[in-house]
Amino acid sequence: MTKLAQWLWALALLGSAWAALTVGALGLELPSPCREVLWPLPAYLLVAAGCYALGTVGYRVATFHDCEDAARELQSQIQEARADLGRRGLRF
Amino acid sequence: MTSVSEAHRGARRVELGHTPPLRLAFGTAHSGLRHSASGASRSSAVAPMEESRAPVGSPREPEGRSRPRNKYSVLLPTYNERENLPLIVWLLVKSFSESGFNYEIIIIDDGSPDGTRDVAEQLEKIYGSDKILLRPREKKLGLGTAYIHGMKHATGNYIIIMDADLSHHPKFIPEFIRKQREGNFDIVSGTRYKGNGGVYGWDLKRKIISRGANFITQILLRPGASDLTGSFRLYKKEVLQKLIERCVSRGYVFQMEMIVRARQLNYTVGEVPISFVDRVYGESKLGGNEIVSFLKGLLTLFATT
Repeated sequence: MTKLAQWLWALALLGSAWAALTVGALGLELPSPCREVLWPLPAYLLVAAGCYALGTVGYRVATFHDCEDAARELQSQIQEARADLGRRGLRF
Repeated sequence: MTSVSEAHRGARRVELGHTPPLRLAFGTAHSGLRHSASGASRSSAVAPMEESRAPVGSPREPEGRSRPRNKYSVLLPTYNERENLPLIVWLLVKSFSESGFNYEIIIIDDGSPDGTRDVAEQLEKIYGSDKILLRPREKKLGLGTAYIHGMKHATGNYIIIMDADLSHHPKFIPEFIRKQREGNFDIVSGTRYKGNGGVYGWDLKRKIISRGANFITQILLRPGASDLTGSFRLYKKEVLQKLIERCVSRGYVFQMEMIVRARQLNYTVGEVPISFVDRVYGESKLGGNEIVSFLKGLLTLFATT
């Protein structure tokens, strides 16, 4: 099953469960507070997912490691390499 | 997301026009794909360090015949890398000599107009044609075909792919090798996003785009690897051959697809944090075009794998 198919399945399952409960098709008499939460649940989840995404990406950008040392080391190795290769006869 | 210079290189290397989007015209390269004649040309030189580098768990032949050593072939597709090529080769030779692993470097130049080929020939003279193999091509073709071409001539049983523009540092290769042995991984991928992996030379916008793209990729594809667009990897040779046969995208989506297909085929992927130093020479910009083609590639993978 492709990832797209997995997503569609999961959405269809959850979507139909939510719809069934909201419309009352299963014949369950849910208490009023439950129904009040259930009805806007998809919207809530979407907003929560958005916040999670922003938060995660923001955190990861903030902790993105800057390799200063690697850059410095590379520069000095470049000098060393050019000198050594020049000695071995490389014409740049 | 890879550096822009790399993305540009990936985009430049692929011929447009007759190839429909996201399909690499392997064409004759595919039909000509054969296992390289690695058996015939395996190096017979015995280096003094062979004893200490015995792969864990393989017993010696009682007759005194030494078991075949692991050999690591580094594939370097180049285009206009006259400045960087000597440096990357020097760093590779340094890294391999210090760690003692058996290696060869295969330079696949796509007819660079700036004289990369001359420099490559000089390097071959300096380091020997058993270590530096020149296998150039006439003109710019795809990255996938460059790998296929390189693998035909590779005598190693492991293939390392990396960029020739000094953004990938060869000092990580011994770590890749050690990691591979640790878990007998089919693929070891360098990651900029985990551990003490990181980048140098990226501004905030670039970092946001990179992390954002990676986040979306993780959510949609759940690939089991943290850095999908990276192209600093160690593959078992047969694994790379199998994967290239199956991959149809190009550029850095190709790198993503390799990992995704590897998971499909139940190959194991290990990760090693690497540092990615961007913009050693010249400028790089991440354009809207690249972002769009990345998203298209991502959605195609999402829908088809």
